[in-house]
Amino acid sequence: MNREEVLKLSTLVRIEISDSEAENLAKEFDSILGYVGEVKKAHAKAGSDKEKPALRNVMREDTNPHESGIYTEAILKEAPAREGDYIKVKKILG
Amino acid sequence: MIDLAALTIKSAREALKKGEFTSVDLTKACIEAIKEKDGDIHAFLEVFDDALGQAEEADKKIKAGVDLPLLGIPFALKDNITVAGHRASASSKILEGFVSPTSSTAVSKLFEAGAVILGRTNCDEFAMGASTENSAFGPTMNPRDLSRVPGGSSGGSAAAVAGDMVLVSLGSDTGGSIRQPAAFCGVVGFKPTYGRVSRSGLIAMASSLDQIGPFTKTVEDAETVYDVLRGKDPMDSTTIDDSTHAAGKEFNKTIGVPRAFFAGEGVSQAVKDNLDEAIQKFISLGYTVKDIELPNIAYALSVYYILVPAEVSSNTGRFDGVKFGLHADGKDGIEDYFKTRGAGFGKEVRRRIILGTYVLSSGYYDAYYGSALKVKDLITAELREAFKEVDLILTPTTPTPAFKFGEKSSPLDMYLADIFTVPANITGAPSLSVPNGSVSIEGKDLPLGILMTADLGREDNLFRAGKDFSGE
Repeated sequence: MNREEVLKLSTLVRIEISDSEAENLAKEFDSILGYVGEVKKAHAKAGSDKEKPALRNVMREDTNPHESGIYTEAILKEAPAREGDYIKVKKILG
Repeated sequence: MIDLAALTIKSAREALKKGEFTSVDLTKACIEAIKEKDGDIHAFLEVFDDALGQAEEADKKIKAGVDLPLLGIPFALKDNITVAGHRASASSKILEGFVSPTSSTAVSKLFEAGAVILGRTNCDEFAMGASTENSAFGPTMNPRDLSRVPGGSSGGSAAAVAGDMVLVSLGSDTGGSIRQPAAFCGVVGFKPTYGRVSRSGLIAMASSLDQIGPFTKTVEDAETVYDVLRGKDPMDSTTIDDSTHAAGKEFNKTIGVPRAFFAGEGVSQAVKDNLDEAIQKFISLGYTVKDIELPNIAYALSVYYILVPAEVSSNTGRFDGVKFGLHADGKDGIEDYFKTRGAGFGKEVRRRIILGTYVLSSGYYDAYYGSALKVKDLITAELREAFKEVDLILTPTTPTPAFKFGEKSSPLDMYLADIFTVPANITGAPSLSVPNGSVSIEGKDLPLGILMTADLGREDNLFRAGKDFSGE
């Protein structure tokens, strides 16, 4: 991996990093990926790709909503900026 | 004056019932111990100002004859377990100023059982690390040797118990974050079967692996806390009930030892000798110890360091400077994100988010994440096959005793500290670290731990063997 690839990834995840950090991360990622890439060897020994993994999503029924507004204040209290009963953000469309 | 070093949950409960001291006395003793010692250790980020009020309430109940398993017992909580009306930061700057509007299910259950929530303890940021060196608020020192790390990520919770500032604490364990610091600090650390304890209100790291569990001084105390915490919770859809995992074989004191797994040169001789002593002790207690082969277990750490960054990159998406926590201002909305996340997340968190995004990207998904899921299932099948023959699998908890600050110079070196604890997380198995003496290095006695892992749902086997081993 190189610095540019790391900078591209950091853009995708919306994290500002410096060029020198990207440079260091590229080296560290090569070493980490070299180690974790060993799983490919074990994968070759594993069974068919068609098997379902043991973990699966469990959905709850979309029922019994709480009374509207009872948590509004508790949640808005944590927001960095608010206007009335809304969370305030900067203008998105120019 | 209460001698915290001499107390366990069990003995403290008996003393409270007999009226030898009150919960207020006990809570005050903890607060005094923190004042006296924590300047050097830095286990606590905050002692809650309502702790004594909670203790007064507990004393009223005790006086009225109420008997609850944890009534009047002060608890320390890892800083990623939320309590309504109190700060929780996961030791990260990005949660600056955040006061949790709700309590975690684990804390609600502690309250129902009568516990006093004393305060929150330091950890690696978002539970990512093995030393507490990644905390945004500075590291915690190991009470047994202040020049060494307490382990991590739940290092503050381990040090709080080992430093006799509290009798019990909670941590979270994603790859060893309870058991590894327990071993480094010389206390008992326990990770339940995946799904046995609700994570509702736990600040998530890797949701397919995270479990909450206790640090205690005895195996019996760990069992007491587990009995309070466990159970199905509608707020965490991964929780399971007692019947989810079939009972399997009857306990007959058989232990399997995967020797090839810890024969390598990365494991210190002191640790290998310590495990041999533990094996001899189990044999003298009437256990059968046999060698077993787990050919793919060495891949567990590789699987772990693919799954974890992948899940981290997803779970940390919610920290955006808009809804709660830190907000750093940029010239427009999107720059707010870059500034907030760049300034709020520490180095290891940034590293894992970016790496996780890489392993999930379309060109590499099959090679890394896809392979990791497959190998996770392969290792799980292998482990569960072994549990048809043995009740427990025994390894050291850590490859070395506690290391010094700054000693692990690369991220990969630090990741290798989790090598023996990670298999229980990726297979979902319950796992218990129990202290087994110490090794003398540079004039200090550094604790070592042994790690027992049981089949899914077989916490009972861990507690039986753990109590036998510890002479409880």
